[in-house]
Amino acid sequence: MTTNAYDIDPVLTLDFEHEVEKIAQRMRQILSQDLHRRGFIIAMSGGIDSSVCAALAVKALGVKKVFGLLMPEKDSSSTSGDLGKLLAKHLDIEYTVDNIASTLDSIGCYRWRDDAIRQVFPEYNEQWKNKIVIAGGVDGRINHYNIVVENPQGERFEKMLPLKAYLTIVAATNHKQRIRKTLEYFHADRLNYAVIGTPNRLEYDQGFFVKNGDGSADIKPISHLYKSQVYAMARYLGLPDAICNSTPTTDTYSLEQGQDEFYFSLPYQKMDIALWYLNHKKTSSELANKLAISEQQANFLFNDILSKRRTTDYLHKKPVMIEDVVLDF
Amino acid sequence: MNDVVVNTQELLRRFILENYLFTDDQGQLNNTDSFLDTGILDSMGILELIYFLEEELSIKTESAEMVPGNLDSIDNLLAFIDRKSA
Repeated sequence: MTTNAYDIDPVLTLDFEHEVEKIAQRMRQILSQDLHRRGFIIAMSGGIDSSVCAALAVKALGVKKVFGLLMPEKDSSSTSGDLGKLLAKHLDIEYTVDNIASTLDSIGCYRWRDDAIRQVFPEYNEQWKNKIVIAGGVDGRINHYNIVVENPQGERFEKMLPLKAYLTIVAATNHKQRIRKTLEYFHADRLNYAVIGTPNRLEYDQGFFVKNGDGSADIKPISHLYKSQVYAMARYLGLPDAICNSTPTTDTYSLEQGQDEFYFSLPYQKMDIALWYLNHKKTSSELANKLAISEQQANFLFNDILSKRRTTDYLHKKPVMIEDVVLDF
Repeated sequence: MNDVVVNTQELLRRFILENYLFTDDQGQLNNTDSFLDTGILDSMGILELIYFLEEELSIKTESAEMVPGNLDSIDNLLAFIDRKSA
């Protein structure tokens, strides 16, 4: 499906030199004219999106006006921390490591989550690992969620999550993104910097973010780029291979969890194509040919994208006011 | 239509009207209205509906049964409940 130097499908390819310059120029302009701040805060998970955003921030302002944050917690993989440090050193930016595990513990994140898991698996305890997986949408069913747990002997068990348990687990784990955002704004306030949000287009479109968590930011430099384009841009920018070749994960649950099994249902390369085809009013027959799937599956895929847009529309909304209030200055 | 069906229909209609449309105006909901297409419910709302079926009517919805054809309107729900109760 891919044919060029940056390993990207031809329908998604870009003039990356031009695109990087355009984004860097807009970042300077937005910072100066809209935000009136003197630099950027970037939380670095070691993933592709935050890595590219950090590199773009450096392109825009230089290394002295970008401050990086690494915020691991109990369930973070050691790889993500390693990649975050690798990136900070590669870009030569100042950064700090703030472990948020004790804060999450104090706020009840792990306790609420584990109590909810025990509604389904009563024998679950802190020595076990867990993750949530999505089911249904790409098969034409209603999206719902299963919990997967693994005991210390390495045995895995999976059950469908009752609604209340699912909502509680998600609410508890959302603390992670919200505490991180609190720290990002602490550093932004003390330095008079702006906070970068790192969603790519697929995540932004499909609402794959936590409201007032990773969804909160002053600027979102790559929200117009499909995930495949972000990977390709990372290669164009010469970021370390370990980052360019990483598989997207949530890094939120203790069992390794791809973004596709948690939310998107398909690998990002296929989701990008499906989203691009939907946005360009291609038919399900054309998508079926492109992805070598049945027309019915292509239809399910389009419907799943539209369903997620509807379900997550609320995440995009600013507080809705009863009447408009005009602020002149 | 027998009393059980009438009562189930009323129960379902009341659940949707009270919890998603915030009204007791029966004219706001037709039994054929698609919850998803009209925007009355999103997929999370359907999961809440599935929970309601289990709690109030002891109807357990299996993963394979979570399709719009079973759950996306009052009429679809009544037919689904009828099949499950048979």
